Amino acid sequence: MTVGLFIPCYVNQFYPGAAKATLQLLKKLRVDVAYPPNQTCCGQPMANAGFEHLTSGCNRLFIDHFSRFDYIVAPSASCVLHVKDHLHDANEEQATAIRTKLYELVEFLTDILKVEKLEAVFPHRVGIHHSCHGLRGLHLAQMSELNAPPFSKPQHLLHMVKGLEQVTLDRADECCGFGGSFCITEEAVSVKMGKDRVTDHTKNGAEFITSSDLSCLMHLEGILHRNKSSVKIVHIAEILNAT
Amino acid sequence: MKQSQHKDHAALAQDFIKDDEHVNWHDGALWYIREKRDIASKQIPEWEALREAASQIKSNVISNLHEYLLQFEANLLNNGVKVYWAADAEEHNAIVYSILKAKDIRQMVKSKSMLTEECHLNEYLIERGIDVINSDLGEYIQQIDNEPPSHIVLPCIHKRKEEIGELFHEHLGTEKGLSDPTLLTRVARKHLRNIFITRRAALTGVNFAVAETGEYVVCTNEGNADMGAHLSEVQIASMGLEKIIPQKKHLAVFLRLLARSATGQPITIYSSHYKKPREGQEMHLILVDAGRTRQLGRADFRDSLKCIKCGACMNTCPVYRKSGGLSYHNTISGPIGAILAPNLDMKKHADLPFASTLCGSCSNVCPVKINIHEQLYKWRQVIVKEGYAANTKALGMKAMAWTLSSPGNFTTAGKTGRWFLQNIPFVVKNKFNPWYKQRDMPEGPKESFADWYAKNEENNNKE
Repeated sequence: MTVGLFIPCYVNQFYPGAAKATLQLLKKLRVDVAYPPNQTCCGQPMANAGFEHLTSGCNRLFIDHFSRFDYIVAPSASCVLHVKDHLHDANEEQATAIRTKLYELVEFLTDILKVEKLEAVFPHRVGIHHSCHGLRGLHLAQMSELNAPPFSKPQHLLHMVKGLEQVTLDRADECCGFGGSFCITEEAVSVKMGKDRVTDHTKNGAEFITSSDLSCLMHLEGILHRNKSSVKIVHIAEILNAT
Repeated sequence: MKQSQHKDHAALAQDFIKDDEHVNWHDGALWYIREKRDIASKQIPEWEALREAASQIKSNVISNLHEYLLQFEANLLNNGVKVYWAADAEEHNAIVYSILKAKDIRQMVKSKSMLTEECHLNEYLIERGIDVINSDLGEYIQQIDNEPPSHIVLPCIHKRKEEIGELFHEHLGTEKGLSDPTLLTRVARKHLRNIFITRRAALTGVNFAVAETGEYVVCTNEGNADMGAHLSEVQIASMGLEKIIPQKKHLAVFLRLLARSATGQPITIYSSHYKKPREGQEMHLILVDAGRTRQLGRADFRDSLKCIKCGACMNTCPVYRKSGGLSYHNTISGPIGAILAPNLDMKKHADLPFASTLCGSCSNVCPVKINIHEQLYKWRQVIVKEGYAANTKALGMKAMAWTLSSPGNFTTAGKTGRWFLQNIPFVVKNKFNPWYKQRDMPEGPKESFADWYAKNEENNNKE
């Protein structure tokens, strides 16, 4: 099994630690993983702003970089969902193949590798922030709105981490307000939503907020940092890879 | 009417958010209703199957609207109800006026109807010397305050009881400082009771119009639609074309979904069926298009016509809860309003599909399973292509500020982005970057993952 590592542009730039943790974790699990250099953005920032028609170049490059792998894995639910929902190409057969074999890291671990045991240690109180695209798009966990049996893929994995205590939140799966260009165009609402999410985690005793999406975490970190909070953000790959 | 048309959603939301304590209260009040909805929906094991059934019934309706409307009309006529077809708001309002004028009626009582809000019926009639009183308590409060409803089910949910007490003091002569909801309701009730008794005409909205029988169902908690209709000599109902359901038995699906979705109640207190006029009474029903057939013709957006106006998408929407219904500057606010409004006036409402994080909670609570968040995404594409993107608060420019640090070209712009962050802090740390107003930027690390990988891993792999 060969896996192509897709590292979203902003993760590559701002959070290389999460990317390294993803790579190292996959290697620990004996996955044959490679990072195709020169990969670019998935096109989501343009598409969500209404410019999906400008993303065909991104789509083509994505196909060129990742077609050769059995699976594509990324530590970002949002980018994965965008590609799964919106990547099309003149060669639609290739595009469909990409959309089908692309996985977010957590679901790749639980659904493909079927991980049941990890050596990770992270002795902290951790709040899970479900990114909306991970939750409602990729169904990484059950959605609070539905009358359906509960499950949670990230919780399942975090249960395997020694010393980690999961924090229960008042609102289990409320949006943090990042929303791509929304965080700029609707700055006031975006920040208010983020502050309220942060409060839910802090008042319930979280030392760390984790998620499978760094875009949400970047937004929450910006608020935490500005308010000089001691609470930190950490990508779920970094916890699962922690020793 | 108080106007807020000149500002877009982002600006109006910013105004709303200034009062932090008020926003927290507003958010909490609506979240409480969302929680009640969750509890009610989880008490019914077949809830998700009910939603699916409702969605499919409505799919049938909007695919065969023509036949159902003609069937409904024929049954209405058989039942002795006068039927009118209105292409737009102006025609609708003129029909109502002509009905009242023919009977020389100068006063009318009206129960909750978002359609007549959409048509601005009250203003139209008042300009022509006809006095209209809204009999739904929330709408009555909004009318007193000369402000449109902020929520389709809870018209004055954005007002705290103290504000309502102040309004009642000013307009109904209650004691200053009185804000007890029960006492205020009693005052309104007494005032409205006199209106009910003296009005000869009553207008109601329509929740469900049954094609098979020609009856229509109006759901209220206050009984105000019934009180108005029963005491009137002229009863008028206004309905959008999409309110049709094929058969009476389908009410068993929709009535179970509506109140649970709206407020967490098992059913509305009153679910009243109107079919034939009483002796000596006239019944009129106006079928209104007002853009609905245009929406029906938009393949990506036609499912928005399935909406049964429960308001669940508003209660669950974090953007709605933090920004208030009036910030949507449209009769129907919240997520459903944001997919309906661009059909009515794309330029004016170009900002609304962008007033969302696309979190998708709206689609999950929708009792007729409208893919609201996907339609928001699709409206964005349409609005940009139609050239209204400039309207969305210089979106291009601001999105650019954001996307600059999300490199389109990894090898050049990527490094440039990091270089900017690390070396020219004023580029990001200035008042023109909305990100930085209340948030810090992530600290750009010395080395990107790609650089690290090229140095460390690629060589390892070669070995």
